[in-house]
Amino acid sequence: MSGFFSKERITASPHYNRWLIPPAALAVHLCIGQAYAFSVFNEPLTRILGVTESLPEDWKLTTLGWIFSLAIVFLGLSAAFAGKWLEKVGPRRTMFTAACCFGGGLILSAVGVHYHQIWLLYLGYGVIGGCGLGLGYVSPVSTLIKWFPDRRGMATGMAIMGFGGGAMIGSPLAVALMKHFQTDTSVGVTEAFVVMGVLYFISMMIGSLAIRVPPDGWKPEGWTAPTESKSMVTTRDVHIDESLKTPQFYLLWVMLCFNVTAGIGILGQASVMLQEMFKGRVTVEAAAGFVGLLSLFNMAGRFIWSSSSDYLGRKNTYFIFFALGAVLYCLLPQFSHAGNMVLFIASCAVVLSMYGGGFSTIPAYLADIFGTKYVGGIHGRLLTAWSTAGVLGPVLINYIREYQIDHGVAKADAYTFTLYIMACLLAVAFVCNLLMKGVNPKHYIERRATPRDLF
Amino acid sequence: MQENQTVENAKPGDEKHVLMLVLFWAYVLIPLAWGVTQTIKKAMALFA
Repeated sequence: MSGFFSKERITASPHYNRWLIPPAALAVHLCIGQAYAFSVFNEPLTRILGVTESLPEDWKLTTLGWIFSLAIVFLGLSAAFAGKWLEKVGPRRTMFTAACCFGGGLILSAVGVHYHQIWLLYLGYGVIGGCGLGLGYVSPVSTLIKWFPDRRGMATGMAIMGFGGGAMIGSPLAVALMKHFQTDTSVGVTEAFVVMGVLYFISMMIGSLAIRVPPDGWKPEGWTAPTESKSMVTTRDVHIDESLKTPQFYLLWVMLCFNVTAGIGILGQASVMLQEMFKGRVTVEAAAGFVGLLSLFNMAGRFIWSSSSDYLGRKNTYFIFFALGAVLYCLLPQFSHAGNMVLFIASCAVVLSMYGGGFSTIPAYLADIFGTKYVGGIHGRLLTAWSTAGVLGPVLINYIREYQIDHGVAKADAYTFTLYIMACLLAVAFVCNLLMKGVNPKHYIERRATPRDLF
Repeated sequence: MQENQTVENAKPGDEKHVLMLVLFWAYVLIPLAWGVTQTIKKAMALFA
């Protein structure tokens, strides 16, 4: 069995078609992207006992909010701690583990709903499922970078676009399943969790079986690695532990953290924000449509920006994200005051495309700076920035907003200050990107070092 | 082992290889297209 998962077993022949790898990565990312659609379960989960309406013994939304927060925290932690293991055992074993964790986490959550035990949901979806998210997120990304050294941005964009697209599948699928299984005595969440757990496990297993790593020294036909004198792209490698000793890692950490926080600033409150900033002009349905539109741009941005970075350069792409993003955040309140809803929506859409682009371009940026050999492990550690932003971002935004409203600021105007803070965060991220340069050569691993020496 | 051999023996340009490529991409793109369509339908409410 261990042989079946070994790196040797999944090493492809030199003529293997690399275009078979992106669907394997997508098969995993389209599943784990469901995490962003978990909120569709929130309202039905508050009616597990009452079914038609919430009873005092039913779970509150504040209690349920911890499930997603835990999942995001464990995504970062598992990616950070298992990164080294991923590089050692290869992507098949990691993706298999991710499938077991994510599918199993959903099944355990179904048991928790059935017996109305919230701790089982925290453990199932939050902790175990979160670990599945982290492992499933990083393992195919690093493999794709190795298969597409000539188009790193496009390769990571394809996979991480799947994470954005996963929410688009997970949300209507969950709604359809709950509707199908709904009865007079059940809201249908238990059954929906079981079906989704099984479906996602199978799909992720298919991705795990199809994944291959390129043979040592493989490169695309006719492609030569760029020379270091021409760009920041290195042909050497930095070990996972050594990367933590470089300022570049922390600069990228801050850039990812602030880009995610800024994106959440809009995404997390998009529906309410549009309704309050254009009071009387936006229906609840239209506001929901706004959230859908932002999700589309989030997904498309992951592929388009990341692919563009292959031509623009990683550093220039992030300059665009942070400069254009900061300007748009400052303009949003002006568009609201002027009553210009079209420009407001268009600006939010561009901002969300850059939020997605920030996620998908970062692994390629890491590969440029630290080399491709240990990029999976380094990427895993960098994802703690996402966890930090995912938990602290909404808390910060909600706290500032509540504080302002408590001090007499009108609800529509309370967003202005928050948006300016987001612009400031992006300005700081811009400076971090400005400071980015190639790694000091002392951090590169010796070319003669073997993997056995390093793990 | 079996699936490994099936893939490895196929050469780019082989019918089997092309079929596998098409099927695998369809396997991921069809659900994605469904999800995108559902989201676009929802987003249309904004322009109604």
